[in-house]
Amino acid sequence: MSVRRIFARPARFAVIAPYLWMVLFFLVPFGFVLKISLSQTAIAQPPYVPVFELTQGAAAIKAAFAALSLDNFRLLVSDDLYVLSYLRSLVVAGVSTSILLLIGYPIAYGMARLPRRWQSVAMMLVIVPFWTSFLIRIYAWINILQHDGLLNKILLALHLVSTPVVWLSTDSAMYLGIVYSYLPFMILPLYATLAKMDPALLEAASDLGASPGRAFWLVTFPLSLPGVLAGVLLCLIPITGEFVIPDLLAGSDSLMIGQTLWLEFFTNKDWPVASAAAVLLLVLLLAPLLFYDRLQRRQLEGTR
Amino acid sequence: MASHPNKISRFNIASLALGLAFLYLPIAILVIYSFNDSRLVTVWGGWSLRWYHEFFGDRAMIDAAWMSFRVAASSATIATLLGTLAAVALSRGERFKGRTLFSGMLYAPLVMPEVITGLSLLLLFVAVNAERGFWTVTIAHTTLTLCFVAVVVQSRLGSLDRNLEEAAMDLGCDPVRAFLAVTLPLIWPAIIAGWMLAFTLSLDDLVIASFTTGPGSETLPIRIYSEVRLGVKPEINAICTLVIGLIAVVIVVASLATKLSSAQAKSAAPL
Amino acid sequence: MAEDAAKSAEDADSAKAEPAADAVPANSVPAKAGPLPVAADMPLLRIDAVVKKFGALRAVDRLSLDIGSGEFFALLGPSGCGKTTLLRMLAGFETPDEGRILLDGADIAQVLPHQRPVNMMFQNYALFPHLSVRDNIAFGLKRAQMPRSEIDTRVAEMIALVKLDGLEKRKPDQLSGGQRQRVALARSLARRPRVLLLDEPLAALDKKLRESTQLELMELQRRLGMTFIIVTHDQEEAMTMADRIGVMDNGRLEQVATPRKLYEAPNSRWVAEFVGDINLFEGQAEPSDGGRLAVATKDAGTIIVAAPPNPVTRPLICVAVRPEKVKLSRRAPASDAVNTHSINRLEGVVTDVSYLGGFTTYKVKLDTGAVLRSSMANTARLDIDAYNATQRVVAWFTPDDCVVLEQ
Repeated sequence: MSVRRIFARPARFAVIAPYLWMVLFFLVPFGFVLKISLSQTAIAQPPYVPVFELTQGAAAIKAAFAALSLDNFRLLVSDDLYVLSYLRSLVVAGVSTSILLLIGYPIAYGMARLPRRWQSVAMMLVIVPFWTSFLIRIYAWINILQHDGLLNKILLALHLVSTPVVWLSTDSAMYLGIVYSYLPFMILPLYATLAKMDPALLEAASDLGASPGRAFWLVTFPLSLPGVLAGVLLCLIPITGEFVIPDLLAGSDSLMIGQTLWLEFFTNKDWPVASAAAVLLLVLLLAPLLFYDRLQRRQLEGTR
Repeated sequence: MASHPNKISRFNIASLALGLAFLYLPIAILVIYSFNDSRLVTVWGGWSLRWYHEFFGDRAMIDAAWMSFRVAASSATIATLLGTLAAVALSRGERFKGRTLFSGMLYAPLVMPEVITGLSLLLLFVAVNAERGFWTVTIAHTTLTLCFVAVVVQSRLGSLDRNLEEAAMDLGCDPVRAFLAVTLPLIWPAIIAGWMLAFTLSLDDLVIASFTTGPGSETLPIRIYSEVRLGVKPEINAICTLVIGLIAVVIVVASLATKLSSAQAKSAAPL
Repeated sequence: MAEDAAKSAEDADSAKAEPAADAVPANSVPAKAGPLPVAADMPLLRIDAVVKKFGALRAVDRLSLDIGSGEFFALLGPSGCGKTTLLRMLAGFETPDEGRILLDGADIAQVLPHQRPVNMMFQNYALFPHLSVRDNIAFGLKRAQMPRSEIDTRVAEMIALVKLDGLEKRKPDQLSGGQRQRVALARSLARRPRVLLLDEPLAALDKKLRESTQLELMELQRRLGMTFIIVTHDQEEAMTMADRIGVMDNGRLEQVATPRKLYEAPNSRWVAEFVGDINLFEGQAEPSDGGRLAVATKDAGTIIVAAPPNPVTRPLICVAVRPEKVKLSRRAPASDAVNTHSINRLEGVVTDVSYLGGFTTYKVKLDTGAVLRSSMANTARLDIDAYNATQRVVAWFTPDDCVVLEQ
């Protein structure tokens, strides 16, 4: 038995409490989402017809299983409203992530090139806005972007426009909000990977005749790909299900799936459909989620 | 003259500076305007604290703020406890049955859209007929922030020199003692950072709180959100500035605490 | 006459450390043998046919070794030879798959590290960064549940021992490399272990510090009378510090001997090549007069060597000569200075000269085409006998300077 094994035995006991918690409050709830998504709406409190109660006995459960319906799912795939929501979500997530990558990479790169002492300062500076309230930051942008807000004031003062431009309730405002909120999620994994890179590699490339530009594309960028992947997944997946930002900043003509879900749940009180929407969203995100999980485990366990 | 391959270029510095400006500008503007005497954003009416007065007179807001604070503190503490345990199990536990499932469950909330987690938790609470209010929101937030704490602590555990634990064993500690005497003091800053992260995430959360809260237990973000939907109000600026101030205080206190704890660790350590 | 005196001195050396003065010391058991017989007086530490596998790789392969009380023993070998694995098994951080480890007669192979009376000084010191020097040293004593006053006394004793007075309250990051090493040493000695294990203790130090620390460690060990086992890849270090050296390769002990025996009487070609520099000539042996062998080599003509105590079994053997035993001169030595019948004489051209301060090494390309290495001390400051490249020289060495090795 090696010394690692000696530590492993007591360490494993530590898993009991968090394990139980996550099973109870993460896994089991998903079971409920699935169950509700297969049941029918009712004007009741709670607003759905329970598919089965475990207390009713085996016969009742069997009957209940027969009554399971995929109606809600059929609705989701047939009704344009939902299909468009999903598509819009994917498009918005894709576009935002691309913008985030384009903006975030140079920032992360700049951070990694700073002298050691300044790097931790830079990292703090990037993280701190993330810790100030997310809602507040979106609100800050509303402040600036509104009809008589600061941005229009400046543009008018500089005579770049003659009348105030409508910024709010547009897709541009939404993208701005998304990029603003998720920037730290893109920067940090990128920075973590870039900072670990051996500076001698660039010196070797230069020694062998590569210009700084070529050295970047041939050496730095390929080595930073794990960080790029992590950053992309860390942004892509949650943005797809975003609610707050599109709700506050985007127009109301087309909705992302997070908004649709919210509407179904709170306004229409249609819990089964909302649940079905959630299940479908999860299925959609399953592939990238599993990929992210594998990436995370490999990254964290690779440090052993 | 070709630039040194590792020196930071002007482009890098420019992009860094622009990026940071982009991040901080809206907040700075918000803070400044919270002191604007005029109701309109377009007019600068001079420095005043009237919006702060209005906030402190707004009963509903104060209640919501207090609720948020209590939820954040409670959920952060539970999440830190569970998250640290999870991190220890994953980083020192080697292979065990159910490890894959566990780490999958642990990392998923990090990226899962909040509408899904919120919805699922609400359905759970409804199914067990739980009264929705302080505890349901706290449980929900704990579940969300647990993984963040685990990631932070696990990353610190991973970079810790394993030789230190071996040395502790060599000098007579059994594994549990070695953890308490050597490992724990050294990962303490990460645990505190985890707590802070959980606290701010909870304070800030809108979606999950909306799903899992009950009548009479509004959190601050829910309150702010409903006000913001009606339009920009200067009172909100004041509230936001206060929240930012609170978080800044938390960050400073926590950094001091970590500096202090590592300095005092020598007297606290040998158990 | 001089040769006989030298030979008996060599025998006396090996007799001190081992029961029999053979060419092959009795304590190194060939890899295939089984467990050792239990002797009447047990050594302090007996490693008995220990095997450690990592997957398909045998890091330690049926290794047996006895180490006596108060001995300074070195495990020497190239990286990957298993010496660190062996050390870790002694400390308890790895468990052997087969075999026993007997300390004072009791098998400790399965005993957990914190329950063994063995302590280790780690290569990277592994000082607890959050504890002061004093608390680092006291750490193990607190675990042993010593009363407070005793701990204080022992810590003070340790600090004085390693000369760290005045630095008790400092933290590791406020110390220099050499100071940190002393703390690590004091910490591992504090519990007065039966055996102290040192994992490449001098690797992180610069040359000057290394030399002074070597002497200090030796003195410390002598003063305490404790058994030290050190793992190193540095030959000089092993030769300077150790009473006996165990040379390992691929998980096995190739030879266990005093430094002198290891150098002058290697038991295999591998050991001869591993420890120090060597000239090797292969050839066929024929008995010659006067208890000698005449070895017909391709590269160096016929070499006369002293016959080894064990009769040569193989037709093809290897003659090994250390470079410092090969002397160069412009012409063959005069016949009355040395018995011309018993020196081996080769001629060639100097191709390389490396001046190393205390001595100079020469590479001589022999007329046969082979390369011979010679090393001569620079005994005079203005050396008029120095040789330059392209000079023709005569290289010579006596039969006693040679070691016969089987392949």
